[in-house]
Amino acid sequence: MGAGHAHPLHHHGHSRVHHLAPEAKVAAAFATTVAIAITPREALWAFAIHAAVLAGVVATARLPLRFVLARLTVVLPFVTFALFLPFVAGGEQVEVFGLEVARDGLWAMGNVLTKATLGATVSIVLAGTTESSRILMGLERLRVPAALTTIATFMLRYLELIADEIGRVRTAMAARGYAPRWLWQARPMASAAGALFIRSYERGERVHAAMAARGFTGTMPDLGIRRAGPAEWFMAATVPTFALAVTLTALLTN
Amino acid sequence: MHAPDGFLNVGTAVATGALSAGAVSVALRQSREQLGDRQVPLAGLSAAFVFAAQMVNFPVAAGTTGHLLGGALAAILLGPAVGTLVVTVVVVVQALVFADGGLTALGYNVLNMAVVTSFGGYAAFVLMRRLLPRNGTGVVVAAGLAAGISVVLSSMAFSIEWLFGATADVPFDTVFGAMVGVHLLIGIGEGAITALAVGAVLAARPDLVHGARDLDRIALNDRPPVGIRAFAIGATLVTLLVATVVSQFAVDDPDGLEFVAEEQGFLESGEDHSFGDSLFADYATRGLGNESASLAVAGATGVAITLAVGFGLFAAVRERRRDPTTAG
Repeated sequence: MGAGHAHPLHHHGHSRVHHLAPEAKVAAAFATTVAIAITPREALWAFAIHAAVLAGVVATARLPLRFVLARLTVVLPFVTFALFLPFVAGGEQVEVFGLEVARDGLWAMGNVLTKATLGATVSIVLAGTTESSRILMGLERLRVPAALTTIATFMLRYLELIADEIGRVRTAMAARGYAPRWLWQARPMASAAGALFIRSYERGERVHAAMAARGFTGTMPDLGIRRAGPAEWFMAATVPTFALAVTLTALLTN
Repeated sequence: MHAPDGFLNVGTAVATGALSAGAVSVALRQSREQLGDRQVPLAGLSAAFVFAAQMVNFPVAAGTTGHLLGGALAAILLGPAVGTLVVTVVVVVQALVFADGGLTALGYNVLNMAVVTSFGGYAAFVLMRRLLPRNGTGVVVAAGLAAGISVVLSSMAFSIEWLFGATADVPFDTVFGAMVGVHLLIGIGEGAITALAVGAVLAARPDLVHGARDLDRIALNDRPPVGIRAFAIGATLVTLLVATVVSQFAVDDPDGLEFVAEEQGFLESGEDHSFGDSLFADYATRGLGNESASLAVAGATGVAITLAVGFGLFAAVRERRRDPTTAG
């Protein structure tokens, strides 16, 4: 596994969105998500504009539509929760397709679904156009404590390796006829998890020894990725500024 | 449990964000000496382990599967401070790199999935250790119970947040009942898996279990085998007991508790400026279906979570003071 490996959500490319300095991109993603999250739920036109702007960003980033749609399935677990809302909410009841549902619940369902989808799209654009190590570098430049970003760097660096290790253990178990169906048959799986923790921990000790031998002082070196200049901050700010303006208009006219 | 953007209102997102940031900064300060040099790669690898463990499906019943949340497991193996940091990193990376959970929902996602499970779970672990014999079995059983409790605490924390930040007119008691009910079942699985995993680590490298550092080798090896079936039955009994107690709170006339909870409710809203008067008025009329009973449950839940997390933080601070050469 090479350093700076692409993660499953990354889509290699050379668009303007890809090349934006990470700290500006991460900050822009947060600001845009905030603008979406505080949009009043009745302002459907505002959500339409947000969606159009995001579609524009996806197009500029040259991310394939299928890629974005496939990754959006991540919000599905909460969609099922949202679908219950019209049936359990109180207040005024209305009839839709012959079912008695709460008007407020319907609005809440629409609200959660829209904001979840738009918010996830922002995250997908960020993750799709930025290598994970650069996202973490962006966070560090935005003053997130280095301890957290360094832990995250090591985590992403070794995640695939450890996940593969557990995959091999499962294959070996299955090859020996282990096919658990009930919780009390879980002991071998849980013991494997315990063994995996020991192996991860011991690997951490070896990694540290190897890094110390190469002069590791406790902080990761800055790889010299250029920082965002004023022009780049300005470019990154266009999308969140526009989104915030739309949201403010919606809040004032609501 | 990765809530998306817009799931709770803005005030709740900001307030939980502040709470999470505070708890994480305490965890950072507590673990600074540990993380100073060699522990950074170790914490990173442990985070990768928690992330990978969350992807493993465990059998639950009749072929259905569930997965580990890992907050209590991380706290017991690595200590509450490093455990919280590790799980926080997992939750934040899942949001930023894997688009799982909203960016504006990070406040409550970190609070529910990292802070409450790690600190709350560790508090439950320390309390259980006091009640159970000082040997390997005591550690394993305490780990299982604490992990189960941590999941329920997490669901309770979510219900409380819903009370303040509901985006739909769903009464608190409906959300509380559904969330806690489902998570009692999830907690059984989490508890069983955590206990067995801690047992496996104890058997091979007992020095790596932070929560068992006070035991010597002889006490650690004192582990009469407990069958997983016996454990599952025991866990079910505990769950039924807890469920009965909780439902008593929810259903019966709460008498004196009502008064306490009401007072607690006011206290809580008074503590935090972002929960202003208007929100509290909202909270009494909109968030609640069955006023007095759910107010009692809400108050008691809030107190329980605050006590658990506070005790976990306290345990983390005290342990470090007592043992300056922490290596765990």
